[in-house]
Parts: sequence; C-alpha cells; structure tokens
Amino acid sequence: MAEFSLPPESRFKEVPGRKHAAPEGASRVKTFRIYRWDPDGTEKPRVDNYEIDLDRCGPMVLDALIKIKNEVDSSLTFRRSCREGICGSCAMNIDGVNTLACTKPIEDVRKDVNIFPLPHMPVIKDLVPDLTHFYAQYASIKPWLQARTPAPPDRERAQSPEDQEKIDGPSACILCACCSTSCPSYWWNGDRYLGPAALLAAYRWLVDTRDEATGERLDELEDPFRLYRCHTIMNCTEACPKDLNPAKAIAEIKKMMLERHL
Amino acid sequence: MSLRPALGTVLGSGSARAGVEHWWSQRVSAVASALLGLWFIYTLLTLPSLDRVALIAWLADPVSATLMLLFLLATFWHSALGVQVVIEDYVHHKALRVLGLLAARYLHLLAGGAAAVSVLKLSFGEPA
Repeated sequence: MAEFSLPPESRFKEVPGRKHAAPEGASRVKTFRIYRWDPDGTEKPRVDNYEIDLDRCGPMVLDALIKIKNEVDSSLTFRRSCREGICGSCAMNIDGVNTLACTKPIEDVRKDVNIFPLPHMPVIKDLVPDLTHFYAQYASIKPWLQARTPAPPDRERAQSPEDQEKIDGPSACILCACCSTSCPSYWWNGDRYLGPAALLAAYRWLVDTRDEATGERLDELEDPFRLYRCHTIMNCTEACPKDLNPAKAIAEIKKMMLERHL
Repeated sequence: MSLRPALGTVLGSGSARAGVEHWWSQRVSAVASALLGLWFIYTLLTLPSLDRVALIAWLADPVSATLMLLFLLATFWHSALGVQVVIEDYVHHKALRVLGLLAARYLHLLAGGAAAVSVLKLSFGEPA
C-alpha cells in the first residue's frame, strides 16, 4: 500500500526558540530575535530571544551580536571582520532589510531586533549563508581589465578624471550580497539570473575606458535570464548599504544593449 | 549531489545572445498601447451613443478601423510578451514551462485574431 502521508519530521511546526533574559539590574533592555539553524544537526530552525542591556553594549547591531557570542551564547554563528562597512562580511537581514550589521545602529530599530540570514540562500549555520554561487557569478563576468592595446612601457594606462568618475560608484561595491539577495527575481531565478551585484560589477568594466572587451562583455550578458530577468523592482538600490545604484547600472547595460542594435 | 565547480554551473550553456528584441518590443508595444488606449477612451467618450448602430458607423470609417486594429495588435502583442515573462519567471518545471509558453502564445493569437475579425466584421458589414 502506498504511503500517502509525509513523515512526521518533514512537517513544519514552529519550534519554540530559547530565551536568554537580560542580567538583573539591566537598565535599557532590548530584545534580539535571532534565527538559529544548524543544517548538519537534527533540530529544526528556530528563533532565539536574547535580551541585551543597551547601556552595556556598543551602538551597532554587530556590537550586540558580538556581545551575545562573547557573554551569552558562544554557539551563535555569524561572519564579521572589519566592523566598519568595508569588508561586507556581516551582511544579514535586520528588521526586514538586508544590510550590514556593523553599520546598522540598534537605535534605528524601534521594537525587537529581528535578525535573519540573507534571504533565499542556502544556510551554512545560523546567520552564515552559502555564497559560493554568488561569487561564481561575480567571477563569470570576468572582473578584470581586458585590453588588446598594450600598456605604455613607462607608465600606467592613462584615464581622464571624468572617465574615472564613471567607475567611482560601481567600484565601491564590497560584494556583501545585500542587493542580490533582496531581489525577488534573483530569488526565483538566481541560478540563471546574474543578480544586481554581478551586473553592477559587469557595468563597472563596461564603462571603464581602458577596457576593450565591451563587445564580448555585452555578448555574454545578452541573455533573457542573465540580464533581462531584471524587472526594475529596485530592491537592490533600496538595500545597498553603500548607497550604490545597481538598478541604474542594469538600466544602463540594457541601454548599451539596445544602442548596438538600433 | 554534483561535484561540478560553481563557475561551471554559472557559465552553463553560455549566453543566448538574445533578449534585446523582446525587451525593445515590450517598450514599443507599451508606448503604442498607451497612445492608442488614450485615443480609444477619448473616442468612446465623444461618440454620440454607444449602441450598435453608432459603433458600426464609427468603425465604418477606415481611419477608426485601422487605429482600432492597431490598438488590438499593440495590446495583445504586449500582453503576450508580458505573460511569457511571467511564465519564465515562475514556472520552473521544464515541461510545464514549454506547455505554458505554447498555450500563452496560442491563446493570445486566438483572442487577438477573434478581436480583429470582430472589428473587421463590424467595419465591412452592412449597417444594421
């Protein structure tokens, strides 16, 4: 007889999270609700509550996470490095928006601070997403200078200040993946759609006046999925913690595509 | 489990070298639909009445009939392109996707064709 019901462990049931109360005498208590899951373990994902005394904690969400790991629960797992918004390691979903924990003030969140890993990525543990595919997409756009004209033997390749300004913005991308993982189109078709981060990087090389592979780069992007899955939703620009504009970069790429056809 | 390197997966079968035409057609048909849509609404508002006789008299004018056919072409074309994108976005089962794309295209042809024939019938038919 065929088995028509799913095994009990596959059914979703909300698992109660663990609660860690603030120490006695805490003056300004804030609750952090943090996603916890270890795919290698047997437990289901849960959301743990941590009460933190803000008078004994730094101002940023990352300060609170480090405090929790140091003083409350050393099993909490997250990435962090520079703590000043330049490495992109601590990208996560805080209060419903992808951003960097190190540059997000706790004060900006009115109620409990909900912290989840970047959306729609495989989870390695807790707040650590698997970005292998994301990095491979970046590598696929060949993020390096390609030129046939040899560089002058006695100096670097020249570029006017105006031309440099064109790449100033997109060069400031830190590859934190906040944009790509906030994009619904990337959620549904991230296997084929390159996503805003990789396309912003592609744009950075498309408008670099020293680069001579513009045609080949556009050829590689001219695809219903790689580029044209962008439906101008603009979550990418909204999420970018560096205030860059991937949506505009993608629009510019589409314009370049059209210009070589018309 | 696949041991294929991530870059190999991303590069996949390469770029389709297509998409510009589709994207541009969406814009062309959108602008046409908007302009002809305004004309259509304006015309309906200024017709003396909306009964069959008045509409047949209106469509008997070759300019009206032509603009009406173009309006239908632009909107059905735009809709066909848009529905195609929606199916590509959300239907990930390969066979269902192909079936969906075929169905969407044929249904648009059917509905657009029927609408065009209706206009022509009214335009060329004897006044009632």
